Amino acid sequence: MNGLALLIPIALGLGLLGLAAFFWSLRRGQFDDLDGAALRIFVEDEEEGTA
Amino acid sequence: MIAAALIERDFAVPDIRCAGCIAKLEQGLVRDRRIAAARVNFTEKRVHLSCVPDAEMPDLIGAFTTLGFEAHPIGDALGDADPAEGGSRELLRAVAVSGFAMMNIMLLSVSVWSGASGATRDLFHWLSAMIALPTIAYAGRPFFRSAWRALRHRQTNMDVPISIGVLITTGLSLFETATSGPHAYFDGVVMLLFFLLCGRWLDSVMRDRARGGVTALLRNMGTGAMVLGDDGKSRWTDATGLEPGMVMLVAAGERLAADGAVLRGASRLDLSLLTGESAPQLVRVDDRVHAGTLNLDAPIEVRVSAVGGDTALADIARLMGEAAQGRSRYVRIADRAARLYAPAVHALALIAFIGWMMVGAGWHHSLLIAVAVLIITCPCALGLAVPAAQIVAAGALMRVGVLIKDGSALERLAEVDRAMIDKTGTLTLGRPEARDLERLDPQLQSLVLALAQSSRHPLSEALTRGLQALDVARADVQSIREIPGFGVEAEWGDHIVTLGRPGDPVEGDALATQLSIDGALAATIHFADHLRPDARAAIDALRAEGVDVSILSGDRAAAVAPVARELAMTAQTGMSPQDKLAALARQSATHKVLMIGDGLNDGPALAAGHASMAPGSASDVGKNAADCIFLGDRLMPVVAALRMARRTQSIVRQNFALAIGYNVIAVPLAFLGYVTPLVAALAMSGSSLIVVGNAMRLKRAIR
Repeated sequence: MNGLALLIPIALGLGLLGLAAFFWSLRRGQFDDLDGAALRIFVEDEEEGTA
Repeated sequence: MIAAALIERDFAVPDIRCAGCIAKLEQGLVRDRRIAAARVNFTEKRVHLSCVPDAEMPDLIGAFTTLGFEAHPIGDALGDADPAEGGSRELLRAVAVSGFAMMNIMLLSVSVWSGASGATRDLFHWLSAMIALPTIAYAGRPFFRSAWRALRHRQTNMDVPISIGVLITTGLSLFETATSGPHAYFDGVVMLLFFLLCGRWLDSVMRDRARGGVTALLRNMGTGAMVLGDDGKSRWTDATGLEPGMVMLVAAGERLAADGAVLRGASRLDLSLLTGESAPQLVRVDDRVHAGTLNLDAPIEVRVSAVGGDTALADIARLMGEAAQGRSRYVRIADRAARLYAPAVHALALIAFIGWMMVGAGWHHSLLIAVAVLIITCPCALGLAVPAAQIVAAGALMRVGVLIKDGSALERLAEVDRAMIDKTGTLTLGRPEARDLERLDPQLQSLVLALAQSSRHPLSEALTRGLQALDVARADVQSIREIPGFGVEAEWGDHIVTLGRPGDPVEGDALATQLSIDGALAATIHFADHLRPDARAAIDALRAEGVDVSILSGDRAAAVAPVARELAMTAQTGMSPQDKLAALARQSATHKVLMIGDGLNDGPALAAGHASMAPGSASDVGKNAADCIFLGDRLMPVVAALRMARRTQSIVRQNFALAIGYNVIAVPLAFLGYVTPLVAALAMSGSSLIVVGNAMRLKRAIR
């Protein structure tokens, strides 16, 4: 029973952390342009190349 | 730069195709001093700009043009799309919440199933309840709302049995928990919500994606006209800012933004989007002209007589509003199934309850069995089966250039057995194409190309397109200048060459242009609207699919006849928008009619058709009214869409059969009381995976 008292809050806490992280990334627009994100790896960053 | 407040603007840029375009736009646009930041959204083909407040719209569009992209400002129209997009977001959040709750409750349930008992089991049930109740209250809202709406109108839909099942099961599970009973179905309820929400969300994503594609295609936002002010200067006025009495200057190659009467000048107008008529109409001073028509020849001044809601378009819009009512009566297949399903499920649960009461099981045990029946029969697979199949189909179609606006469009498209097709712009390309270019002398070809390239007149663009397809190199000409109302003039060595309007109208109303060298006629090029390259093949394929095809054209019989003959189709000609609507209504009595058209005049018929399609080059009205839009010059995507829709429908039917088969096995078990929460959870996830897997097969259905 003592183990449960520790483990269940941890399990729930980790789950909530994941949920919060998902909501955060949703709000920050991480999922707005999924096709574009796949292509951006090919984009050369001009500023860093010349400066 | 001073810390002046920047303003945000969105542009639709349909030509973003690759990583190179992203880099070019994002890095190129910020070189303009007025633009502080640019961000490309590749999925929606949009660019978001932060710019200084005094940056004018034409300047910003110019910045795109210098980079070689065509941009259309997205203005207030975004306001219409926002609530729907918010709906998608809300559903995704509900999916996440129910997913989180499902995993945690399942964790606790697995312990219960593997033998936790006594105080531990009660603790786990209470914990499950604590997670489940807020989740059901939050994630169940879309279903409760929709079920309540249906019940208030004395109808039933899929959400009614779902809501009843969820509420009863939750109530009973709470009671079980409070009385230390062995069976609580919190995991089943939350899992049910999770699967159903996935289906809902897929459906909503599909609508958003198509809407994004359509928004990028619409050109109407940003139309306007150069208006002549009192001081004799002209300035750009947005279409919404036009008022009766203003004088617009309409250059050759521009579309009219409002109705009016010609004040000065004479020209020919292309009416094909408005009436379907392919031959240009000659207009002189005092002739009435309509918004949406294209000025072909010479600049004219037009006194605006009506704007916005007062234009000739308003009549068409009113017809469309009435026509669209028929389609809104269409009931989606999932809801049709639910009409039979819901009473059956509720009757079964009731019979189970009464039956067990009669054999003396006690009300508590009987209620448990009834709930097990409700849970096991809940249309989990149905709720997921239809949207999963439809979004896979829509994704595959989008790759071949067909945008489907929503799932119900696919269902309706699968049912059609008759197609009525507009001629101008639908069977034909709807733009002039130069004829017999390859018979021209090579030197003349390169001269024509050099001159045509410097002008944006529709005929010049057609020449450029045609000659570039023939791999012609441009001749070396100097000091090119455009002569308004005539054409283009340039120096070629010691000669003066001109490309322009024929001196005297040679062949009545046919479009033509002439190349002259030092004033002497060198070549006459005729233009005609061509059939789409694969029109014949597409029409034959439609017939092979068992769809009767006929032409419904606003054009004159003489212009329609050659097309009808070449495609071996029957045709009705010279039809007004009302005539088209009436013809469609006559056919609709006995058939499911697919309307394919592009013009404003097709708008009411498109709205009235059982299903409707428009080419990407269609008028904005046409694109808004149609269910599907196909891009490019080929007509074959129409057939691909029809085949895909039918294939989707058969997959959906298979999924229904699978769901029924599953119920045939599971319901007797539930009736006999063998369905514990563990069995319910296994059955539910198993059946959902099977229908989704079956839907995925559609991905390979398109070649």
